[in-house]
Amino acid sequence: MSQILLNINPIAILVHAAIPLTIILVYALVAIWGERKIAGFIQDRLGPMRVGGWHGWAQSIADLLKLIQKEDIIPTDASRFLFKFAPFMMFAASYAAFAVIPFSSAYIGSMVNIGVFYLLAVTSVLTLSVIMAGWASNNKWSLLGGMRSAAQMVSYEVPTIASVLTVVLVAGSLNLMTVTELQAGNDILGFLPNWLIFQNPFLIVAFIIFFISILAESHRVPFDLPESESELVGGYQTEYSGMRWAMFMLAEYADMLLLSLLGATLFFGGWNSPFGDFMGGPLWGFFWFMLKGLLLVIVMMWIRWTLPRYRVDQLMHICWSILIPLSFINLVLTALWEVIF
Amino acid sequence: MLNAVKQSWLTFRSIFTGMGVTIRHFFGKSVTLQYPDEKMELPKGARSRLFVNIDDCIGCNLCARACPVNCIDIETVAATQDVDLGKTSTGNPKRFWLTLFDIDMAKCMYCDLCVHPCPTNCIYMVPEYEYSEYDRINLVYHFSNLEPEMVAEVKVKAELEAEQKKRDREEMMRKKAEEKAKKELEEKKKAAEESKKEDKEEE
Ligand code: SF4
Ligand code: SF4
Repeated sequence: MSQILLNINPIAILVHAAIPLTIILVYALVAIWGERKIAGFIQDRLGPMRVGGWHGWAQSIADLLKLIQKEDIIPTDASRFLFKFAPFMMFAASYAAFAVIPFSSAYIGSMVNIGVFYLLAVTSVLTLSVIMAGWASNNKWSLLGGMRSAAQMVSYEVPTIASVLTVVLVAGSLNLMTVTELQAGNDILGFLPNWLIFQNPFLIVAFIIFFISILAESHRVPFDLPESESELVGGYQTEYSGMRWAMFMLAEYADMLLLSLLGATLFFGGWNSPFGDFMGGPLWGFFWFMLKGLLLVIVMMWIRWTLPRYRVDQLMHICWSILIPLSFINLVLTALWEVIF
Repeated sequence: MLNAVKQSWLTFRSIFTGMGVTIRHFFGKSVTLQYPDEKMELPKGARSRLFVNIDDCIGCNLCARACPVNCIDIETVAATQDVDLGKTSTGNPKRFWLTLFDIDMAKCMYCDLCVHPCPTNCIYMVPEYEYSEYDRINLVYHFSNLEPEMVAEVKVKAELEAEQKKRDREEMMRKKAEEKAKKELEEKKKAAEESKKEDKEEE
């Protein structure tokens, strides 16, 4: 232990901590604005237009300033410590997971060889923080929201892990950097990039399962039951205000980005350019990586403004009687494919 | 099993249909009007703020009487003989000073009933709807353009004239009464003379 501590350079730690944080913060500001714009356009509106001049680009910044000024309300009967702690824990969970995401060929927070495992383990803490917030608020809506989300996240973790496992099976590595490096080049059918999703038909099924499960894991519509506004006020966030609420929002968006980036790494070649060596290199790699992740995020937003919400029983039905069996069958079939070819 | 496949197929089909609809709207034109910057033209006959073209008003009080909520307050003073208030643009002669013409827009319910009776079409609605105020008293619109001194002056003048008229009338009445009395007296005299004559003839 002391050996490890001695080898750590504090400045390096700061830099490695700051890079994902900057990305998350900038992304959150843009994504919240973008989501409102997308919602507006889909509903034939314009969305925010006033703050900052061009299409209200500074709207999220203005909202952030407003949230900072708000009173930090803590209900009298709430469990104070847990109540205060929950939002930070939630953000910490999704932030910590960014350590193993390879942002470009030159940068990854931590080169651990169990990256995928670490990521899935750390994001499970999200469930805990949601229950924590729901329970500590001492409010029935919060509690119901927290319970729902716990059930949902625990259930949907299974198909997520099974579909990720399918990829790991094909790639033969738990390190996301290695998984990405495997996908370099354009060999499939002579022009398609070597992305895993093109490599074998079962991985397409795995991606569909993965995408549905990450929608549920990050509480996006049509699986936004934990915070269903129309039934549960705000779910586990009901009692939160000001910056603590903003932390939840930030964590949610960070989680969305994290899972989208994970999807981009596992199925769409991570930082690999779709044109082989053309537009390659670390910086372009970062660009391609973020582009792929953000496209998935945009699809998630697009779905959000299209579909209504599922009922709790439907949600559980989809997970336990369709996604989980399908993902396991898929896993076995992929294994067979790997053995045969 | 087969059912589940069928269901899933249906689900995916409806999801993609829905997403197709939303993406079409995404690229479609938005219907938003950037309100304070651009405004919609009010349709013809829209009810909005009242306006009185006070130069054309003849003070007939018809609008005030038509108003169901009594929010029009009119006070008129008859013009004296020495002034000519002119004519309205519709050719009606003006005979009254409008010393007060207030419309309380806070009370007004935009029924449009005051607009139609006006003989000179001088009270009407203008396409103006942004006139909220912090104090309700500011919603009382004053349309009379007379200065307070002017109001006082015309009132005094009108009173004087009215008194003069009254006196004149009394004078006239008195004269008439005198004349009548004279006539009666003469008639009596005549009658008396005639009766005398008759008496004589009879004798
Ligand atoms: S619109 Fe109706 S309520 Fe308003 S002043 Fe005219 S008559 Fe009265
Ligand atoms: S009806 Fe017309 S002319 Fe008559 S008092 Fe009203 S505004 Fe004046």
